[in-house]
Amino acid sequence: MADQIFHVFRGDAKGGDLKEYAVPPMEGMVVLDAMHHIQAHFDSTLACRWNCKAAKCGSCSAEINGKPRLMCKTRVDDFHGAPITVRPIKVFPLLKDLVTDVSWNYRVNKEIPPFTPSAEDARSKEWRMTPLDVERLFEFRKCIECFLCQDVCHVLREHHGTDRYYGPRFMVRIAALEMHPKDTLTRTDLLAGKGGIGYCNITKCCEEVCPESIHITDNAIIPLKERTADDHFDPWRALLRAFGGRKEPRGT
Amino acid sequence: MADWYDERQYDVLIVGAGGAGLRAAIAAADGGVSVGLVCKSLLGKAHTVMAEGGIAAALGNVDSQDNWEVHFGDTMRGGQMINDYRMVEFFAKEAPERVYELEHWGGLFDRTPDGRILQRPFGAHTYRRLCHVGDRTGLEMIRTLQDKAIHCGIDVHMEVTLTRLLKDGDRIAGAFGYVRETGRFVVFRAKAVVLATGGWGKLYKVTSNSWECTGDGCAMAYEAGAELMDMEMVQFHPTGMVWPPGVKGILVTEAVRGEGGILRNSEGERFMERYDPVKKDLSSRDVVARSIYKEVQAGRGTPHGGAWLEITHLDAEAIKRKLPSMWEQFHKLADIDITKSPMEVAPTIHYVMGGVRVEAGTGQSTVPGLFAAGEVAAGLHGANRLGGNSLSDLIVFGKRAGEHAAQYVKGVSGMPRVDDAQADEERTLLRRPFEGDGSENPYAVHEGLQAIMAEHAGIARTGEGLQQGLDKLLALQARAERLHVGGSMLFNPGWHECRDVRFMLTLAEAIFRCAIERRESRGSHWRLDFPDQNADWGQKNMIAVKENGRMAVRTRPVPQMPPELAKLVQGQTVVKSVR
Ligand SMILES: Cc1cc2nc3c(=O)[nH]c(=O)nc-3n(C[C@H](O)[C@H](O)[C@H](O)COP(=O)(O)OP(=O)(O)OC[C@H]3O[C@@H](n4cnc5c(N)ncnc54)[C@H](O)[C@@H]3O)c2cc1C
Ligand code: SF4
Ligand code: SF4
Ligand code: FES
Repeated sequence: MADQIFHVFRGDAKGGDLKEYAVPPMEGMVVLDAMHHIQAHFDSTLACRWNCKAAKCGSCSAEINGKPRLMCKTRVDDFHGAPITVRPIKVFPLLKDLVTDVSWNYRVNKEIPPFTPSAEDARSKEWRMTPLDVERLFEFRKCIECFLCQDVCHVLREHHGTDRYYGPRFMVRIAALEMHPKDTLTRTDLLAGKGGIGYCNITKCCEEVCPESIHITDNAIIPLKERTADDHFDPWRALLRAFGGRKEPRGT
Repeated sequence: MADWYDERQYDVLIVGAGGAGLRAAIAAADGGVSVGLVCKSLLGKAHTVMAEGGIAAALGNVDSQDNWEVHFGDTMRGGQMINDYRMVEFFAKEAPERVYELEHWGGLFDRTPDGRILQRPFGAHTYRRLCHVGDRTGLEMIRTLQDKAIHCGIDVHMEVTLTRLLKDGDRIAGAFGYVRETGRFVVFRAKAVVLATGGWGKLYKVTSNSWECTGDGCAMAYEAGAELMDMEMVQFHPTGMVWPPGVKGILVTEAVRGEGGILRNSEGERFMERYDPVKKDLSSRDVVARSIYKEVQAGRGTPHGGAWLEITHLDAEAIKRKLPSMWEQFHKLADIDITKSPMEVAPTIHYVMGGVRVEAGTGQSTVPGLFAAGEVAAGLHGANRLGGNSLSDLIVFGKRAGEHAAQYVKGVSGMPRVDDAQADEERTLLRRPFEGDGSENPYAVHEGLQAIMAEHAGIARTGEGLQQGLDKLLALQARAERLHVGGSMLFNPGWHECRDVRFMLTLAEAIFRCAIERRESRGSHWRLDFPDQNADWGQKNMIAVKENGRMAVRTRPVPQMPPELAKLVQGQTVVKSVR
């Protein structure tokens, strides 16, 4: 079999270019294997992130032939011998080669008020939650923080909106907290304000790239938008919220 | 302080942000001291994120007969009696509390119909004991701890690699390393250091481990004078992927067998019936791994030298629900639909039972101020770790180490002195691959090491083979004095590999030296020239320690259980080696 040609972005914030590498093919090879081959045999300075090589840690995000994907989950033979271009994800500032500065995401996460059970629940040792109570949350909890959804969200990507919108990843995170049967906080003020949920216009681009197949818009963002609207435009609910203490159960 | 490094200062420095490091950080912060946490990767990416099958804790939710005493017995038998029984006792008693705590911090587990945490069976656990979330338990655990930790007032330093522990006389004074992004050197001054750096599966080529598992913490502890224990005990998980070559070693979780998966040889025979008629496919890992190895040796292996693991007799929807990432992994990476065809599997390096010797209750090593928890610490698992016992190990002993480190620093007056000469020596070592006249490629040396480990320190060992391996290793260590890389210090993987490789070469030496001495077969250590368990050796732990600049190996008596605990281990026979 002929060598597989890769065009890999090499450079840093100051600039850079694609560089060509011919990598010997191997059965079942994924793009990450090729990057490792380049490091071990051609150029050990090629910077990329990875941890698990099993699509579980979300470290190896890149744009492969223009499409945001995990390098460890992208089979080389899917491209049928055509050259493969690998670039860093675009939405975050470039550090070097395929590595970007994703620290903004960690700052956002810290702004989200953490899981907060009631005082009574905090005291009791064992909780009862039925399978039905928790199963819809599992989808959100599957997020591996690959930030591919952040990469394609046009609020962040085209409009450089990191100062306005937390991005789909953190809508998923907030949804997991808001819909947790034992959580007592309401985060709709944050969503309406700093979180910027209003900027999302439900194009679903994020959903398309999620390697965990999380229905980001249908199951997280739309219900959160509804809650936010309720809380902000429905005085009756706002009153309930002020005096009720516990969150009343709400739809999806 | 010199101007060529940055300086940070904490009461307690935690090295590692896997389950153990995060839990230790939370506990230390709870103790009211300042805490810094350092990790090589981004937060939330540590090896722990890959754990799949579950976390072992005797909640008794599914099998009400389960309790800490049974868990104690299973763990001691699983470890073939060279475990530190005091650690096992803390562990079995405290694991349930630690699991409930995760739930109180927002973690979510699969549930029983009446709303409690669901538990699944795993190898050599008497009852259904593994709390889980499908097959992504590690992710759930790390996310829960991560989200808890970032609100605890600790400082997190991501993508920073520490390479040397600093000492003030006998005691710990902090650690030295570099920032990956910039290559800038950094000194962390601290009164206590908790190592939670995980294992060293990357010594081997066929491994389920992430890139971080190069044993840095263990090697740093050794350099700082700590004792390493039971280094010969390296776990082969019986089921790793074997085909295609790109995926070789990736784990096939034990949960597949927990959910009813069956191993067969090329003749279709359920061979575990022969090796362990009672527990069969759910026997302990050492036994199953060896059995697969024996089948392949006997010519009954699969096309790529493994066994078939079949779960097709279960309902397709149930498989996808209970083992979603396994389904996806085989579908994506190997073009196999596991609801229709069997998986081809073979043993893969997975876990290390050996590591830094610590005091059972506190996690303190023999170096004052140096603590260790999680996979880097030794003692809990003895000669073989039971599945699911690692995740509970992380939170039980992570918490204990963090707590005791905080307590310890309260008794330390003033910041220990940092000796710039130590930092300078390490800087020289780190920079040598750029400056010296060496010509060795660190990746080639790493491959060389993996070849030696595979040939001489694999699943089946002999004294002669181990000695040959050690000789080759010493020659490779000499080659590693002449590493060379190009480029700058900015995010330079080749340069990072240079230090990692040297750590691995140190630990490999400890594995060989301990394995040569242990003249018996026990747990994961299978000696063809001493195929039986030996009662005398069953009373000994191996210790490797640096003395006069060289590695010395000796033994240490296994702590003897009081009768009331010894009683808990009887009842069921210890499965003997598969000869
Ligand atoms: C595929 C797979 C499945 C598994 N499934 C299970 C399971 O179902 N149940 C179970 O109980 N166990 C399981 N295990 C085992 C378990 O996941 C590990 O033993 C455990 O996660 C180790 O955790 P740790 O906190 O000790 O270290 P790790 O999670 O390995 O974390 C080590 C940390 O130390 C940091 N570090 C290392 N060196 C340095 C350095 N030099 N400087 C700075 N930081 C450093 C790393 O960056 C990282 O943050 C599984 C393992 C694998 C690979
Ligand atoms: S649906 Fe919303 S979050 Fe998703 S990409 Fe579009 S704007 Fe961004
Ligand atoms: S929601 Fe999906 S795409 Fe976004 S970070 Fe999580 S796993 Fe990645
Ligand atoms: S390496 Fe972990 S997701 Fe690709």
